[in-house]
Order: sequence, then C-alpha cells, then structure tokens
Amino acid sequence: MQEGKEFQLSRRGLAIVTAAAAAATGGPPAAQAQTGAAASPPASAPAMEKVSLVVNGQRHALELDARTTLLDTLREHLHLTGSKKGCDHGQCGACTVMVDGRRIYSCLTLAVMHEGDEVTTIEGLGKPGDLHPMQAAFVKHDGYQCGYCTPGQICASVAMLAEIKAGVPSHVSADLTAAPQLTADEIRERMSGNICRCGAYSNIVEAITEVAGRQA
Amino acid sequence: MRPFTYERARSPAEAAAAAQRPGARFIAGGTNLLDLMKLQIETPAHLIDVNGLGLDRIEAAPEGGLRIGALVRNTDLAADERVRRDYGVLSRALLAGATGQLRNKATTAGNLLQRTRCPYFYDTNTACNKRQPGSGCSAIGGSTRGLAVIGASEACIATHPSDMAVAMRALDAVVETVRPDGTERAIPVAAFHRLPGDTPHIETALEAGEFITAVTLPPPAGGRQFYRKVRDRASYAFALVSVAAVVQRDGTGRVALGGVAHKPWRVEAAEGELPRGAGPAMAAILEGARPTHENAFKVKLAERALAAVLAEAKG
Ligand SMILES: Cc1cc2nc3c(=O)[nH]c(=O)nc-3n(C[C@H](O)[C@H](O)[C@H](O)COP(=O)(O)OP(=O)(O)OC[C@H]3O[C@@H](n4cnc5c(N)ncnc54)[C@H](O)[C@@H]3O)c2cc1C
Ligand code: SF4
Ligand code: FES
Ligand code: FES
Repeated sequence: MQEGKEFQLSRRGLAIVTAAAAAATGGPPAAQAQTGAAASPPASAPAMEKVSLVVNGQRHALELDARTTLLDTLREHLHLTGSKKGCDHGQCGACTVMVDGRRIYSCLTLAVMHEGDEVTTIEGLGKPGDLHPMQAAFVKHDGYQCGYCTPGQICASVAMLAEIKAGVPSHVSADLTAAPQLTADEIRERMSGNICRCGAYSNIVEAITEVAGRQA
Repeated sequence: MRPFTYERARSPAEAAAAAQRPGARFIAGGTNLLDLMKLQIETPAHLIDVNGLGLDRIEAAPEGGLRIGALVRNTDLAADERVRRDYGVLSRALLAGATGQLRNKATTAGNLLQRTRCPYFYDTNTACNKRQPGSGCSAIGGSTRGLAVIGASEACIATHPSDMAVAMRALDAVVETVRPDGTERAIPVAAFHRLPGDTPHIETALEAGEFITAVTLPPPAGGRQFYRKVRDRASYAFALVSVAAVVQRDGTGRVALGGVAHKPWRVEAAEGELPRGAGPAMAAILEGARPTHENAFKVKLAERALAAVLAEAKG
C-alpha cells in the first residue's frame, strides 16, 4: 500500500478490474457488456461518481462506478485485502469495518454513501510488530484457525467493547435501564454477527474477555 | 447489480420530488435494498441517498410521546434512555433483530419497509407474485415452514420479517410522510402494512415517491413490556414467531405477533381475553388461521410464547 500518496484510478484500470470481477463470477452478461463499452457509453453505462474517503487516516479521492460497495472499494481499489468477502449479503461478518468508530458490514453499503467518512480496517488497527491489543489477544488465545473471519472478528470486537462502554444494551441484558455487564453471554450475543466456520468461538470469547478486563 | 444514477438529497421535500423520476428509490442504511439489488430482485434506475437529511434525532413529541426521525439507526433507537425506560418492548424488539453491525446501519423507515424473507422471493428462478406480479406463488404447495398462518391469500403467503414493526404496532405508532407534491400525512402503523390480497407486490399504504420523515410514539403505555422472539438459532435469525406485549397490573394489555402474517398481527377485539390466559387470548387473536401442515406449529408456538410472557408479567 502506497503511503502518503493518493491512489488514483484510471477509467481504463477500472474497466479491467470490473471485467475481471465479472469473469470471475461468471457475472451477468449485462455487466460484461457494460465494461466493454467504456469508449462509447450506451444508455446503461455505469454512472461514475466521485467520493473521498479517509481510510486508516489517509485521504483517498476516488471516482467509482456508483455500484461499488465499500468492501470492493477497500479490496479492489485501495488494495486493502484484510477485510474479507464471505457472503457479500450481510450474513457472515467477514467484511466488518468501522466507519466513524461504528462497526458495519462493508458489503452492504456503497462507497458513495460515505463521502468524507473515516473508515478503519484491520490494517489500520495495528501492524506486525505494533499490534492492537485485540490483535495480540487473538494471537495469544488462538482465536482463529484458518483466519478468514479474523479481521472481521477483530474489528467487530473492538467496536463492540466501545458499544458496551457507551451503555448500548443487548438482547441478553437482563435490565434494559442498567449499565450492560461484561459477561461471556453478553460477548457471545454481541458477536453473533461474525460467523466462524472453523468454530474458534470459545477462544475468541477468551481473547475479547482478556482485553475487556484490561480496559475495565 | 444493474447500473443506476445516484444523488444525495438535501431536504425531505427534495427527496420526495426527486422520487418522481422513473425507477427512483430512496436508499437509507441500504442493508435490505442493496442485498436485493445484488440479486436483481430490486432494479432501481436512480438512487436517492437520504442519509444526509438530518432526520436522525429522537425528540419529545408535543403530545407527550416521542418523535423518531426516519433515519435514526436501530442501535440508537434501542439505546435511547427514554425508549429503554418507557417503551421497553421497542428496545427489546430492535435488539432481537439482526446483528450489531446491521443495527448500526438499519434505519427506522428502512426497517418498516424491509421486504419478506420468503425463500422463493429470493430465488429468481421461481415464480413469485410479489417479485413478478402474475407469475404465480411457488410457496403455495412448496416449502411453507416459515410462512404465514393467517391473513394470507391465494396469491401470496409471505410474512413481514421486521421485529421493530411488531413492537410499533403494539405501541400504536404513527408514520409521518411527505408526498412528491409536498403534502404531508400521518398513517397509523395499523394501516401502514397491507395484507397480500391479489396484489402482494403492494406492501404498504405509501404512494409512489412518498417519503417517510418520522415515526411518532404516543405517550407511554405503562405496564410491563415484553418482546419474546422464537427462532431457529439464539441470535442472528428471523422470527418463527414473536410476541410483543404490554401487560398491565390488572392483567389487561395489548399483544402483537410477528412471523405469522404479511404484517404485524394485532387484533384489538381479542385483547379482552388476555386476563383469561394465553389459551383463550391466542385462540381469539389467531381465529381464522389457516396454517399448512408445515407451519401449523406456529399456532401452538404463539400460544406458548404468550403464556411465557404472561407468566413473566405475573412474576
Ligand atoms: C442477514 C440479515 C439478518 C437480518 N435479521 C433481521 C431480524 O432478525 N429482524 C429484523 O427485523 N430485521 C432483520 N434484518 C433486516 C434489517 O433490519 C433491515 O435490512 C433494515 O432494517 C433495513 O433498513 P435500512 O435503513 O438499511 O433500509 P434500506 O435497505 O436503505 O431501505 C429499505 C427500503 O426502504 C425504503 N426507504 C428507506 N428509507 C425510506 C424513507 N425515509 N422513506 C421511504 N422509503 C424509504 C428504501 O427505498 C427501500 O425500499 C436482517 C438483515 C440481514 C441482511
Ligand atoms: S409467498 Fe409471496 S413472496 Fe413467497 S413465493 Fe408466494 S408470492 Fe412470492
Ligand atoms: S461479506 Fe459482508 S457480511 Fe458476509
Ligand atoms: S478462523 Fe476459519 S472461519 Fe473463523
């Protein structure tokens, strides 16, 4: 990832990326036809939109097909491949990132809907040699097996602890009006939006519990 | 996803006016619309982004209730101190729905307008009157376990998937809108969602381009408030059956059901049976139910969920 430089994307570069994606998915013929028509756009040509995002502290001015999700923007255009695409339909949590400090699924939102927003991905939380405490705790407690869900798990857990701190109740909170407790039940319920196909759940709860205990 | 043009609206009136454009749709959290656009079940030609309208506040209403902006996120509504204290059933319903990540995006208006989870609606290789009017209903005679037991039609037996809407029905909430010509109106939640009839693709009382600005809650209903949701897994799943209830000290109260019909199901006339217990009350609420052999369990499940709520209310 280039540091300090804005990542510029040419129209041609975008057409190649889109064509590759369409080929990879065997995507609908309409999408392939659109990419081939960049020179003389027909009526159904993709609308290009400008958007600027602050990703991990760095500003990026982009011009994107309006259809581009935030996840595809991060992965395909900014080459931040830490955020993963598991389902692309809000059903797994692998694409979890933070926008203005709140966790969301980046697959179910468009980049153009985030003009000026601050996005934090796993790459922005910490780096090898300078890990975020949650990253270090996942390593220590073996909070993964294949690792595919891990970036989403870690982004979700960091934002989740902030939600508890802010007093947001959960489905398992016994008393809606009291401050939420930091129990294993609470952590499990609040992390239910991140599926782990390898079933590393118990170690994930241990990692989060350790970080939460240190913060409390 | 089909190509579309995109604009950011700057006022509710501007949003409603822009919606007159052919194929235009509002986008709020995007968590339902984009999901359906990826599958080309929804194919808007133009998206009007309404996130920048400042409709994200919860204010005290002049009549003593709360006025919830259409763009208030589900997380913020569930966590609002006044909602937690005075409208517990709403907070509980929101927290029982979806996940933390989805609730951070999902909005009040978008949640009301989310579309059914009928598996055939999602499968574009099958006939579905809701997705493609006149094509037929694959669910009838097909897999019906999750589908409606009451209020369905020969054209559609889908359910409304929202948890929040069920609580709002129990609370007698009112939806405030502005139309493309600038006129405003208030629609009680009771009259907002429709039964499928022979036009299952028309799901609400909204007119073309009509924009939701807020949802108003009347003054607190008091009593003890419950939202009991039964689902296939403990979290991150839609309701098989849910019960939103406000139960007063004397045993009277209100009940609305989720997961059983094309809209939140409430029968005010049946609520007089509540002091007699869950059996008589649910028999009255679900009178005329026509479940299939696959979803007949929902009728018993609804009664048992209500029994659990009434027991908790006494305890
Ligand atoms: C995996 C998954 C699990 C889920 N589980 C649950 C669950 O258990 N319970 C539950 O209740 N929900 C659940 N949901 C659904 C979720 O609650 C909805 O997707 C969300 O509430 C929709 O809100 P939104 O703001 O994102 O709507 P959008 O997707 O932005 O919009 C939905 C519709 O509303 C229209 N619209 C939006 N705002 C306005 C407005 N102001 N005026 C007029 N029209 C408007 C849009 O045009 C669109 O047609 C789940 C979703 C997913 C993906
Ligand atoms: S029940 Fe309704 S949504 Fe489901 S297939 Fe039939 S028409 Fe479509
Ligand atoms: S990829 Fe976004 S939730 Fe699965
Ligand atoms: S570690 Fe493999 S999916 Fe979670």
